[in-house]
Amino acid sequence: MNNLNADIFIKKSHRNIQIRGNKFSGDVVFKKFLFFSGLCIIILFLAIFLSLVLNSIPSIRAFGLNFFITKVWSPPDRQFGALPFIVGTLATSFLAIIITIPFSFSISVFTGEFYKEGVLSNILKSMIELLAGIPSVVYGFFGLFVLAPVIRTLEMKIGVLPYGVGIFTSSLILSVMIIPFSASIGREVINMVPADIKEAAYSLGGTHYEVIRSTVIPYAKSGIFAGILLALGRALGETMAVTMIIGNSDFLPHSIFSPANTMASVIANEFTEATGTLYLSSLIEIGVVLFIITGIINILGKIIIKKLMVEI
Amino acid sequence: MESAILKIENFYAYFGETEILKNINLSIFPNQTTAIMGPSGCGKTTLIRCINRMHEFVQNARVSGKIFLYDQDIYSSNPIVIRRKIGMVFQKPNPFPTMSIYENVISGFTLNGIKLKKSEKDRIVEDSLKKAELWDEVKNNIYRKGTFLSGGQQQRLCIARALAMNPDILLLDEPTSALDPKSTSAIESLIIELKKTVTIIIVTHNTAQAARISDRTAFLYLGEMIEYDITEKMFTVPKDKRTEEYLTGKFG
Repeated sequence: MNNLNADIFIKKSHRNIQIRGNKFSGDVVFKKFLFFSGLCIIILFLAIFLSLVLNSIPSIRAFGLNFFITKVWSPPDRQFGALPFIVGTLATSFLAIIITIPFSFSISVFTGEFYKEGVLSNILKSMIELLAGIPSVVYGFFGLFVLAPVIRTLEMKIGVLPYGVGIFTSSLILSVMIIPFSASIGREVINMVPADIKEAAYSLGGTHYEVIRSTVIPYAKSGIFAGILLALGRALGETMAVTMIIGNSDFLPHSIFSPANTMASVIANEFTEATGTLYLSSLIEIGVVLFIITGIINILGKIIIKKLMVEI
Repeated sequence: MESAILKIENFYAYFGETEILKNINLSIFPNQTTAIMGPSGCGKTTLIRCINRMHEFVQNARVSGKIFLYDQDIYSSNPIVIRRKIGMVFQKPNPFPTMSIYENVISGFTLNGIKLKKSEKDRIVEDSLKKAELWDEVKNNIYRKGTFLSGGQQQRLCIARALAMNPDILLLDEPTSALDPKSTSAIESLIIELKKTVTIIIVTHNTAQAARISDRTAFLYLGEMIEYDITEKMFTVPKDKRTEEYLTGKFG
Protein backbone atom coordinates (compact mmCIF):
# COMPACT_ATOMS: atom_id res chain seq x y z
CA MET A 1 0.00 0.00 0.00
CA ASN A 2 2.75 2.35 0.96
CA ASN A 3 4.63 1.46 -2.19
CA LEU A 4 1.65 2.26 -4.32
CA ASN A 5 1.34 5.70 -2.78
CA ALA A 6 4.97 6.40 -3.37
CA ASP A 7 4.56 5.41 -6.99
CA ILE A 8 1.72 7.86 -7.53
CA PHE A 9 3.65 10.57 -5.77
CA ILE A 10 6.69 10.11 -8.00
CA LYS A 11 4.55 10.19 -11.08
CA LYS A 12 2.92 13.44 -10.02
CA SER A 13 6.24 15.07 -9.31
CA HIS A 14 7.49 13.81 -12.64
CA ARG A 15 4.61 15.49 -14.35
CA ASN A 16 5.46 18.71 -12.53
CA ILE A 17 9.03 18.61 -13.80
CA GLN A 18 7.84 18.07 -17.33
CA ILE A 19 5.36 20.92 -17.18
CA ARG A 20 7.92 23.30 -15.81
CA GLY A 21 10.53 22.15 -18.28
CA ASN A 22 8.31 22.90 -21.22
CA LYS A 23 7.88 26.50 -20.25
CA PHE A 24 10.60 29.09 -20.80
CA SER A 25 12.42 28.25 -17.56
CA GLY A 26 15.99 28.53 -16.29
CA ASP A 27 16.73 25.08 -17.55
CA VAL A 28 15.96 25.94 -21.14
CA VAL A 29 17.88 29.21 -21.02
CA PHE A 30 20.89 27.43 -19.63
CA LYS A 31 20.75 24.78 -22.34
CA LYS A 32 20.43 27.41 -25.06
CA PHE A 33 23.37 29.33 -23.61
CA LEU A 34 25.55 26.21 -23.66
CA PHE A 35 24.53 25.45 -27.22
CA PHE A 36 25.23 29.03 -28.29
CA SER A 37 28.71 28.95 -26.71
CA GLY A 38 29.50 25.76 -28.57
CA LEU A 39 28.21 27.21 -31.80
CA CYS A 40 30.42 30.29 -31.36
CA ILE A 41 33.54 28.12 -31.39
CA ILE A 42 32.53 26.44 -34.61
CA ILE A 43 31.71 29.77 -36.25
CA LEU A 44 34.98 31.30 -35.04
CA PHE A 45 36.97 28.38 -36.36
CA LEU A 46 35.34 28.57 -39.77
CA ALA A 47 35.66 32.36 -39.83
CA ILE A 48 39.38 32.26 -39.16
CA PHE A 49 39.94 29.60 -41.78
CA LEU A 50 37.77 31.33 -44.39
CA SER A 51 39.29 34.76 -43.87
CA LEU A 52 42.77 33.25 -44.21
CA VAL A 53 41.80 31.49 -47.43
CA LEU A 54 40.05 34.57 -48.86
CA ASN A 55 43.01 36.80 -48.08
CA SER A 56 45.45 34.44 -49.70
CA ILE A 57 43.56 34.37 -53.01
CA PRO A 58 45.85 36.98 -54.70
CA SER A 59 48.89 34.86 -53.96
CA ILE A 60 47.16 31.62 -54.97
CA ARG A 61 46.17 33.29 -58.28
CA ALA A 62 49.68 34.60 -58.91
CA PHE A 63 51.73 31.50 -58.08
CA GLY A 64 49.38 28.53 -57.94
CA LEU A 65 51.02 25.31 -56.83
CA ASN A 66 54.45 26.69 -57.77
CA PHE A 67 54.23 28.61 -54.50
CA PHE A 68 55.24 25.46 -52.66
CA ILE A 69 58.23 24.51 -54.81
CA THR A 70 59.72 27.92 -55.56
CA LYS A 71 62.80 28.58 -53.48
CA VAL A 72 63.03 32.33 -54.10
CA TRP A 73 61.43 34.68 -51.61
CA SER A 74 62.19 38.17 -52.79
CA PRO A 75 59.76 40.93 -51.81
CA PRO A 76 61.43 43.65 -53.97
CA ASP A 77 60.96 41.48 -57.09
CA ARG A 78 57.43 40.54 -56.01
CA GLN A 79 58.60 36.94 -56.23
CA PHE A 80 57.30 34.70 -53.45
CA GLY A 81 58.01 31.01 -52.97
CA ALA A 82 57.42 29.19 -49.69
CA LEU A 83 59.85 26.32 -50.14
CA PRO A 84 62.59 27.72 -47.81
CA PHE A 85 60.07 28.07 -45.00
CA ILE A 86 58.47 24.67 -45.55
CA VAL A 87 61.94 23.14 -45.45
CA GLY A 88 62.83 25.25 -42.40
CA THR A 89 59.71 24.17 -40.53
CA LEU A 90 60.09 20.49 -41.35
CA ALA A 91 63.81 20.51 -40.55
CA THR A 92 63.49 22.23 -37.16
CA SER A 93 60.45 20.19 -36.10
CA PHE A 94 61.74 16.77 -37.07
CA LEU A 95 65.19 17.47 -35.67
CA ALA A 96 63.52 18.61 -32.43
CA ILE A 97 61.45 15.41 -32.35
CA ILE A 98 64.53 13.25 -32.89
CA ILE A 99 66.36 15.05 -30.07
CA THR A 100 63.38 14.89 -27.73
CA ILE A 101 62.39 11.23 -28.21
CA PRO A 102 65.07 9.63 -26.00
CA PHE A 103 64.40 12.11 -23.21
CA SER A 104 60.62 12.15 -23.24
CA PHE A 105 60.54 8.38 -23.64
CA SER A 106 62.82 7.86 -20.65
CA ILE A 107 60.84 10.32 -18.57
CA SER A 108 57.58 8.55 -19.50
CA VAL A 109 58.91 5.17 -18.44
CA PHE A 110 60.48 6.58 -15.30
CA THR A 111 57.39 8.40 -14.05
CA GLY A 112 54.88 5.93 -15.50
CA GLU A 113 56.41 2.66 -14.39
CA PHE A 114 59.53 2.92 -12.22
CA TYR A 115 58.65 5.67 -9.77
CA LYS A 116 54.91 6.22 -9.95
CA GLU A 117 54.82 7.75 -6.50
CA GLY A 118 57.33 9.40 -4.24
CA VAL A 119 59.02 12.74 -3.86
CA LEU A 120 61.39 12.44 -6.80
CA SER A 121 58.62 11.43 -9.16
CA ASN A 122 56.34 14.23 -8.00
CA ILE A 123 59.07 16.84 -8.35
CA LEU A 124 59.85 15.59 -11.83
CA LYS A 125 56.20 15.56 -12.86
CA SER A 126 55.55 19.12 -11.69
CA MET A 127 58.81 20.36 -13.22
CA ILE A 128 57.73 18.94 -16.57
CA GLU A 129 54.37 20.61 -16.25
CA LEU A 130 56.13 23.87 -15.41
CA LEU A 131 58.21 23.56 -18.58
CA ALA A 132 54.98 23.76 -20.54
CA GLY A 133 54.02 26.95 -18.72
CA ILE A 134 57.16 28.97 -19.45
CA PRO A 135 56.33 31.72 -21.99
CA SER A 136 58.00 31.00 -25.28
CA VAL A 137 59.64 34.43 -25.38
CA VAL A 138 61.61 33.35 -22.31
CA TYR A 139 62.76 30.25 -24.16
CA GLY A 140 63.74 32.58 -26.99
CA PHE A 141 65.84 34.73 -24.67
CA PHE A 142 67.52 31.69 -23.19
CA GLY A 143 68.26 30.41 -26.68
CA LEU A 144 69.63 33.72 -27.90
CA PHE A 145 71.83 34.65 -24.95
CA VAL A 146 72.85 31.29 -23.49
CA LEU A 147 72.52 28.60 -26.11
CA ALA A 148 73.56 30.54 -29.22
CA PRO A 149 77.07 31.44 -27.90
CA VAL A 150 77.61 27.78 -26.98
CA ILE A 151 76.53 26.65 -30.43
CA ARG A 152 78.77 29.33 -31.97
CA THR A 153 81.80 27.84 -30.18
CA LEU A 154 80.74 24.40 -31.35
CA GLU A 155 80.39 25.64 -34.92
CA MET A 156 83.86 27.15 -34.84
CA LYS A 157 85.28 23.85 -33.63
CA ILE A 158 83.70 21.81 -36.39
CA GLY A 159 84.47 24.45 -39.01
CA VAL A 160 81.14 25.73 -40.24
CA LEU A 161 80.14 29.39 -40.39
CA PRO A 162 79.64 30.42 -36.74
CA TYR A 163 76.23 32.05 -36.81
CA GLY A 164 75.19 30.64 -33.45
CA VAL A 165 71.58 30.99 -34.48
CA GLY A 166 69.92 28.69 -37.00
CA ILE A 167 68.06 25.44 -37.49
CA PHE A 168 70.10 23.43 -34.98
CA THR A 169 69.77 25.99 -32.19
CA SER A 170 66.03 26.26 -32.79
CA SER A 171 65.64 22.50 -32.76
CA LEU A 172 67.41 22.25 -29.40
CA ILE A 173 65.12 24.83 -27.82
CA LEU A 174 62.06 23.30 -29.49
CA SER A 175 62.99 19.86 -28.20
CA VAL A 176 62.91 21.18 -24.63
CA MET A 177 59.64 23.00 -25.23
CA ILE A 178 57.81 19.91 -26.49
CA ILE A 179 59.04 17.45 -23.84
CA PRO A 180 56.01 18.12 -21.57
CA PHE A 181 53.57 17.06 -24.30
CA SER A 182 55.14 13.79 -25.34
CA ALA A 183 56.32 12.90 -21.84
CA SER A 184 53.00 13.38 -20.09
CA ILE A 185 51.00 11.50 -22.74
CA GLY A 186 53.62 8.75 -22.68
CA ARG A 187 53.31 8.54 -18.91
CA GLU A 188 49.53 8.28 -19.09
CA VAL A 189 49.52 5.42 -21.61
CA ILE A 190 52.24 3.54 -19.72
CA ASN A 191 50.14 3.96 -16.59
CA MET A 192 47.19 2.41 -18.40
CA VAL A 193 48.95 -0.88 -19.15
CA PRO A 194 46.86 -3.43 -17.23
CA ALA A 195 48.44 -4.84 -14.08
CA ASP A 196 47.53 -8.44 -14.92
CA ILE A 197 49.68 -8.39 -18.06
CA LYS A 198 52.64 -7.14 -16.09
CA GLU A 199 52.00 -9.79 -13.44
CA ALA A 200 51.99 -12.48 -16.11
CA ALA A 201 55.39 -11.31 -17.26
CA TYR A 202 56.75 -11.20 -13.72
CA SER A 203 55.41 -14.69 -13.00
CA LEU A 204 57.46 -15.99 -15.93
CA GLY A 205 60.60 -14.71 -14.26
CA GLY A 206 60.98 -11.35 -15.98
CA THR A 207 63.08 -8.62 -14.36
CA HIS A 208 61.67 -5.12 -14.16
CA TYR A 209 63.56 -4.10 -17.31
CA GLU A 210 62.49 -7.23 -19.20
CA VAL A 211 58.85 -6.71 -18.27
CA ILE A 212 58.97 -3.11 -19.48
CA ARG A 213 60.73 -4.03 -22.71
CA SER A 214 58.59 -6.98 -23.68
CA THR A 215 55.13 -6.15 -22.36
CA VAL A 216 54.74 -2.52 -21.25
CA ILE A 217 56.29 -0.83 -24.27
CA PRO A 218 54.67 -3.01 -26.97
CA TYR A 219 51.35 -2.37 -25.29
CA ALA A 220 51.83 1.39 -24.98
CA LYS A 221 53.70 2.08 -28.18
CA SER A 222 50.84 3.50 -30.24
CA GLY A 223 50.01 5.89 -27.40
CA ILE A 224 53.63 6.93 -27.09
CA PHE A 225 53.66 7.52 -30.84
CA ALA A 226 50.51 9.65 -30.56
CA GLY A 227 52.20 11.74 -27.86
CA ILE A 228 55.14 12.33 -30.16
CA LEU A 229 52.76 13.30 -32.95
CA LEU A 230 51.03 15.87 -30.75
CA ALA A 231 54.43 17.22 -29.73
CA LEU A 232 55.26 17.50 -33.43
CA GLY A 233 52.11 19.56 -33.87
CA ARG A 234 53.39 21.95 -31.21
CA ALA A 235 56.84 22.15 -32.76
CA LEU A 236 55.49 22.92 -36.24
CA GLY A 237 53.52 25.92 -35.01
CA GLU A 238 55.88 27.31 -32.37
CA THR A 239 56.57 30.92 -33.29
CA MET A 240 58.14 33.29 -30.79
CA ALA A 241 61.11 31.32 -29.56
CA VAL A 242 61.93 30.08 -33.04
CA THR A 243 61.67 33.56 -34.57
CA MET A 244 64.23 34.80 -32.04
CA ILE A 245 66.84 32.13 -32.65
CA ILE A 246 66.50 30.82 -36.18
CA GLY A 247 68.42 33.66 -37.83
CA ASN A 248 65.61 34.87 -40.12
CA SER A 249 67.13 34.06 -43.47
CA ASP A 250 64.84 33.77 -46.47
CA PHE A 251 67.20 31.51 -48.39
CA LEU A 252 66.84 27.79 -48.68
CA PRO A 253 68.94 26.34 -45.79
CA HIS A 254 71.81 24.11 -46.92
CA SER A 255 72.81 22.56 -43.59
CA ILE A 256 71.38 22.16 -40.11
CA PHE A 257 73.62 24.98 -38.90
CA SER A 258 72.26 27.46 -41.48
CA PRO A 259 70.13 30.36 -40.40
CA ALA A 260 66.66 29.91 -41.85
CA ASN A 261 63.01 30.78 -41.31
CA THR A 262 60.08 28.58 -40.49
CA MET A 263 56.56 29.18 -41.76
CA ALA A 264 55.58 30.60 -38.38
CA SER A 265 58.70 32.72 -37.94
CA VAL A 266 58.53 34.32 -41.39
CA ILE A 267 54.97 35.41 -40.72
CA ALA A 268 55.87 36.84 -37.33
CA ASN A 269 58.95 38.52 -38.69
CA GLU A 270 57.66 40.04 -41.89
CA PHE A 271 53.98 40.87 -41.51
CA THR A 272 54.74 44.40 -40.29
CA GLU A 273 56.80 45.23 -43.34
CA ALA A 274 54.51 43.45 -45.80
CA THR A 275 53.62 46.29 -48.11
CA GLY A 276 51.49 45.43 -51.09
CA THR A 277 48.67 42.96 -51.39
CA LEU A 278 50.72 40.17 -52.92
CA TYR A 279 53.37 40.18 -50.16
CA LEU A 280 50.77 40.09 -47.40
CA SER A 281 48.68 37.55 -49.25
CA SER A 282 51.69 35.25 -49.66
CA LEU A 283 52.34 35.38 -45.91
CA ILE A 284 48.70 34.56 -45.28
CA GLU A 285 48.87 31.61 -47.65
CA ILE A 286 51.78 30.28 -45.59
CA GLY A 287 49.51 30.68 -42.58
CA VAL A 288 46.83 28.58 -44.26
CA VAL A 289 49.31 25.80 -45.00
CA LEU A 290 50.54 25.84 -41.40
CA PHE A 291 46.94 25.79 -40.16
CA ILE A 292 46.14 22.72 -42.25
CA ILE A 293 49.33 20.80 -41.43
CA THR A 294 49.10 21.29 -37.66
CA GLY A 295 45.38 20.52 -37.85
CA ILE A 296 46.01 17.19 -39.57
CA ILE A 297 48.82 16.24 -37.18
CA ASN A 298 46.65 17.03 -34.15
CA ILE A 299 43.65 15.12 -35.44
CA LEU A 300 45.82 12.10 -36.28
CA GLY A 301 47.33 12.07 -32.78
CA LYS A 302 43.93 12.32 -31.14
CA ILE A 303 42.48 9.54 -33.31
CA ILE A 304 45.30 7.21 -32.28
CA ILE A 305 44.82 8.00 -28.58
CA LYS A 306 41.06 7.52 -28.86
CA LYS A 307 41.51 4.17 -30.59
CA LEU A 308 43.86 3.11 -27.83
CA MET A 309 41.35 4.07 -25.13
CA VAL A 310 38.67 1.96 -26.81
CA GLU A 311 40.97 -1.05 -27.02
CA ILE A 312 41.68 -0.84 -23.31
CA MET B 1 55.96 -41.59 2.77
CA GLU B 2 57.57 -39.79 -0.14
CA SER B 3 59.42 -36.56 0.43
CA ALA B 4 57.82 -33.19 -0.08
CA ILE B 5 58.71 -30.95 -3.02
CA LEU B 6 57.67 -27.78 -1.21
CA LYS B 7 57.68 -27.17 2.52
CA ILE B 8 56.11 -24.17 4.18
CA GLU B 9 57.27 -23.72 7.77
CA ASN B 10 55.95 -21.34 10.44
CA PHE B 11 54.95 -18.91 7.75
CA TYR B 12 53.39 -15.50 8.48
CA ALA B 13 52.47 -12.81 5.96
CA TYR B 14 51.56 -9.18 6.59
CA PHE B 15 50.37 -6.22 4.55
CA GLY B 16 51.45 -3.27 6.63
CA GLU B 17 50.16 -4.02 10.11
CA THR B 18 47.49 -6.48 9.02
CA GLU B 19 48.31 -10.11 9.55
CA ILE B 20 47.11 -12.06 6.52
CA LEU B 21 48.58 -15.50 7.19
CA LYS B 22 49.17 -16.97 10.63
CA ASN B 23 51.65 -19.74 11.24
CA ILE B 24 51.11 -21.80 8.10
CA ASN B 25 52.76 -25.22 7.95
CA LEU B 26 52.23 -27.18 4.79
CA SER B 27 54.04 -29.85 2.78
CA ILE B 28 53.31 -30.24 -0.90
CA PHE B 29 54.04 -33.61 -2.51
CA PRO B 30 55.30 -34.13 -6.06
CA ASN B 31 52.92 -35.04 -8.86
CA GLN B 32 49.90 -34.37 -6.76
CA THR B 33 47.28 -31.68 -6.95
CA THR B 34 46.90 -29.75 -3.74
CA ALA B 35 43.82 -27.59 -3.39
CA ILE B 36 43.78 -24.57 -1.11
CA MET B 37 40.20 -23.68 -0.32
CA GLY B 38 38.43 -21.30 1.97
CA PRO B 39 36.00 -18.39 1.97
CA SER B 40 37.01 -15.14 0.28
CA GLY B 41 39.49 -13.07 2.20
CA CYS B 42 40.96 -16.06 4.05
CA GLY B 43 44.41 -15.48 2.54
CA LYS B 44 44.52 -18.36 0.08
CA THR B 45 45.62 -16.20 -2.85
CA THR B 46 48.19 -14.49 -0.66
CA LEU B 47 49.57 -17.89 0.31
CA ILE B 48 50.27 -19.01 -3.25
CA ARG B 49 51.56 -15.58 -4.22
CA CYS B 50 54.05 -15.95 -1.38
CA ILE B 51 55.24 -19.22 -2.89
CA ASN B 52 56.55 -17.53 -6.05
CA ARG B 53 57.19 -14.24 -4.26
CA MET B 54 54.62 -12.33 -6.31
CA HIS B 55 53.22 -10.72 -3.17
CA GLU B 56 56.35 -8.56 -3.06
CA PHE B 57 54.87 -6.22 -5.65
CA VAL B 58 52.39 -4.98 -3.06
CA GLN B 59 53.83 -2.15 -1.01
CA ASN B 60 54.44 -2.85 2.68
CA ALA B 61 54.14 -6.60 2.20
CA ARG B 62 56.41 -8.65 4.42
CA VAL B 63 56.68 -12.23 5.56
CA SER B 64 58.36 -14.34 8.22
CA GLY B 65 59.00 -18.04 8.29
CA LYS B 66 60.44 -20.22 5.58
CA ILE B 67 59.42 -21.87 2.34
CA PHE B 68 61.64 -24.56 0.84
CA LEU B 69 61.57 -25.75 -2.76
CA TYR B 70 63.35 -29.12 -2.39
CA ASP B 71 66.13 -27.94 -0.07
CA GLN B 72 66.37 -24.43 -1.40
CA ASP B 73 65.12 -21.61 0.81
CA ILE B 74 62.90 -19.51 -1.49
CA TYR B 75 63.35 -16.36 0.55
CA SER B 76 67.13 -16.42 0.34
CA SER B 77 67.15 -17.08 -3.41
CA ASN B 78 66.77 -14.78 -6.38
CA PRO B 79 63.02 -14.30 -6.95
CA ILE B 80 63.57 -14.31 -10.73
CA VAL B 81 65.00 -17.83 -10.56
CA ILE B 82 62.22 -18.99 -8.25
CA ARG B 83 59.54 -17.68 -10.59
CA ARG B 84 61.03 -19.60 -13.49
CA LYS B 85 60.78 -22.79 -11.45
CA ILE B 86 57.31 -22.08 -10.09
CA GLY B 87 54.87 -21.12 -12.83
CA MET B 88 51.62 -19.29 -12.22
CA VAL B 89 48.21 -18.99 -13.87
CA PHE B 90 45.92 -16.19 -12.78
CA GLN B 91 42.21 -15.77 -12.12
CA LYS B 92 41.57 -13.76 -15.25
CA PRO B 93 43.11 -15.16 -18.44
CA ASN B 94 45.93 -12.75 -19.30
CA PRO B 95 47.68 -13.67 -22.53
CA PHE B 96 49.93 -10.88 -23.79
CA PRO B 97 47.63 -8.90 -26.11
CA THR B 98 50.42 -7.71 -28.37
CA MET B 99 51.73 -11.22 -29.08
CA SER B 100 50.58 -14.12 -31.25
CA ILE B 101 49.73 -17.50 -29.75
CA TYR B 102 53.18 -18.75 -30.71
CA GLU B 103 54.91 -15.74 -29.14
CA ASN B 104 52.79 -16.06 -26.02
CA VAL B 105 53.86 -19.65 -25.42
CA ILE B 106 57.52 -18.90 -26.01
CA SER B 107 57.35 -15.57 -24.12
CA GLY B 108 58.98 -16.98 -20.98
CA PHE B 109 62.15 -17.51 -22.99
CA THR B 110 62.09 -14.27 -24.97
CA LEU B 111 61.33 -12.36 -21.78
CA ASN B 112 64.37 -13.81 -20.06
CA GLY B 113 66.54 -13.19 -23.11
CA ILE B 114 67.13 -16.90 -23.72
CA LYS B 115 67.99 -17.45 -27.40
CA LEU B 116 66.66 -20.65 -28.95
CA LYS B 117 66.89 -22.16 -32.40
CA LYS B 118 63.74 -21.94 -34.49
CA SER B 119 63.32 -25.72 -34.46
CA GLU B 120 63.69 -25.82 -30.70
CA LYS B 121 61.13 -23.07 -30.27
CA ASP B 122 58.70 -24.88 -32.58
CA ARG B 123 59.11 -28.01 -30.49
CA ILE B 124 58.54 -26.22 -27.17
CA VAL B 125 55.48 -24.41 -28.51
CA GLU B 126 53.95 -27.59 -29.90
CA ASP B 127 54.74 -29.61 -26.76
CA SER B 128 53.37 -26.99 -24.40
CA LEU B 129 50.20 -26.46 -26.41
CA LYS B 130 49.70 -30.22 -26.56
CA LYS B 131 50.19 -30.51 -22.81
CA ALA B 132 47.65 -27.75 -22.32
CA GLU B 133 45.30 -29.61 -24.71
CA LEU B 134 45.04 -26.57 -26.94
CA TRP B 135 47.15 -27.71 -29.90
CA ASP B 136 44.35 -29.28 -31.94
CA GLU B 137 42.21 -26.16 -31.63
CA VAL B 138 44.87 -23.62 -32.58
CA LYS B 139 47.48 -25.44 -34.66
CA ASN B 140 46.37 -23.67 -37.85
CA ASN B 141 46.29 -20.25 -36.22
CA ILE B 142 49.33 -20.11 -33.99
CA TYR B 143 50.49 -16.87 -35.58
CA ARG B 144 47.22 -15.12 -34.76
CA LYS B 145 46.79 -12.93 -31.69
CA GLY B 146 46.02 -14.90 -28.54
CA THR B 147 43.29 -12.48 -27.57
CA PHE B 148 41.01 -13.81 -30.35
CA LEU B 149 40.57 -17.07 -28.46
CA SER B 150 37.64 -17.78 -26.16
CA GLY B 151 38.07 -17.29 -22.40
CA GLY B 152 38.69 -20.98 -21.74
CA GLN B 153 41.16 -21.24 -24.62
CA GLN B 154 42.95 -18.13 -23.38
CA GLN B 155 43.30 -19.71 -19.95
CA ARG B 156 44.74 -22.90 -21.48
CA LEU B 157 47.10 -20.68 -23.47
CA CYS B 158 48.24 -19.16 -20.17
CA ILE B 159 48.76 -22.68 -18.81
CA ALA B 160 50.80 -23.55 -21.92
CA ARG B 161 52.83 -20.38 -21.42
CA ALA B 162 53.64 -21.42 -17.86
CA LEU B 163 54.37 -25.03 -18.85
CA ALA B 164 56.79 -23.95 -21.58
CA MET B 165 59.28 -22.95 -18.90
CA ASN B 166 59.13 -26.53 -17.61
CA PRO B 167 58.39 -25.53 -14.02
CA ASP B 168 58.59 -27.83 -11.00
CA ILE B 169 55.38 -26.45 -9.58
CA LEU B 170 52.38 -24.82 -11.25
CA LEU B 171 50.33 -22.41 -9.15
CA LEU B 172 46.74 -21.89 -10.27
CA ASP B 173 44.88 -18.98 -8.69
CA GLU B 174 41.17 -19.73 -9.15
CA PRO B 175 41.80 -20.46 -12.81
CA THR B 176 38.17 -21.20 -13.64
CA SER B 177 36.37 -18.46 -11.72
CA ALA B 178 36.04 -16.31 -14.85
CA LEU B 179 35.00 -19.19 -17.12
CA ASP B 180 31.79 -20.89 -18.21
CA PRO B 181 31.00 -24.47 -17.03
CA LYS B 182 32.17 -26.12 -20.25
CA SER B 183 35.56 -24.40 -20.22
CA THR B 184 35.81 -25.10 -16.51
CA SER B 185 35.43 -28.83 -16.99
CA ALA B 186 38.00 -28.73 -19.81
CA ILE B 187 40.49 -27.07 -17.46
CA GLU B 188 39.67 -29.51 -14.66
CA SER B 189 40.32 -32.57 -16.82
CA LEU B 190 43.51 -30.88 -18.01
CA ILE B 191 44.67 -30.45 -14.41
CA ILE B 192 44.12 -34.14 -13.72
CA GLU B 193 46.19 -34.97 -16.81
CA LEU B 194 48.93 -32.45 -15.99
CA LYS B 195 49.88 -33.74 -12.57
CA LYS B 196 51.70 -36.63 -14.25
CA THR B 197 54.41 -34.16 -15.18
CA VAL B 198 54.10 -31.26 -12.76
CA THR B 199 53.08 -30.58 -9.18
CA ILE B 200 49.97 -28.45 -8.97
CA ILE B 201 48.73 -26.11 -6.27
CA ILE B 202 45.29 -24.73 -7.00
CA VAL B 203 43.40 -22.05 -5.11
CA THR B 204 39.65 -22.42 -5.25
CA HIS B 205 36.63 -21.24 -3.33
CA ASN B 206 34.62 -24.00 -4.96
CA THR B 207 34.59 -27.00 -2.64
CA ALA B 208 33.16 -29.27 -5.33
CA GLN B 209 36.06 -28.41 -7.59
CA ALA B 210 38.55 -29.21 -4.83
CA ALA B 211 36.83 -32.57 -4.33
CA ARG B 212 36.86 -33.37 -8.06
CA ILE B 213 40.47 -32.69 -8.89
CA SER B 214 42.72 -32.61 -5.83
CA ASP B 215 44.66 -35.27 -3.98
CA ARG B 216 45.10 -33.17 -0.88
CA THR B 217 43.19 -30.21 0.40
CA ALA B 218 44.14 -27.43 2.77
CA PHE B 219 41.35 -25.46 4.39
CA LEU B 220 42.18 -21.87 5.25
CA TYR B 221 40.00 -19.70 7.41
CA LEU B 222 40.81 -16.14 8.51
CA GLY B 223 44.48 -16.60 7.71
CA GLU B 224 44.87 -19.80 9.66
CA MET B 225 45.25 -23.27 8.26
CA ILE B 226 42.46 -25.18 9.92
CA GLU B 227 42.99 -28.55 8.33
CA TYR B 228 45.22 -30.23 5.77
CA ASP B 229 44.61 -33.79 4.69
CA ILE B 230 44.04 -36.19 1.85
CA THR B 231 41.02 -34.80 0.02
CA GLU B 232 38.90 -37.93 0.36
CA LYS B 233 39.45 -38.04 4.11
CA MET B 234 38.73 -34.38 4.63
CA PHE B 235 35.54 -34.46 2.62
CA THR B 236 34.21 -37.58 4.36
CA VAL B 237 35.41 -37.18 7.93
CA PRO B 238 36.61 -33.63 8.58
CA LYS B 239 38.46 -33.32 11.87
CA ASP B 240 37.62 -29.72 12.60
CA LYS B 241 34.11 -28.43 13.15
CA ARG B 242 34.78 -25.32 11.03
CA THR B 243 35.83 -27.49 8.09
CA GLU B 244 32.65 -29.46 8.38
CA GLU B 245 30.57 -26.30 8.51
CA TYR B 246 32.33 -24.89 5.47
CA LEU B 247 31.95 -28.10 3.49
CA THR B 248 28.26 -28.34 4.29
CA GLY B 249 27.74 -24.76 3.21
CA LYS B 250 27.03 -23.19 6.61
CA PHE B 251 29.32 -20.27 5.70
CA GLY B 252 31.63 -19.17 2.89
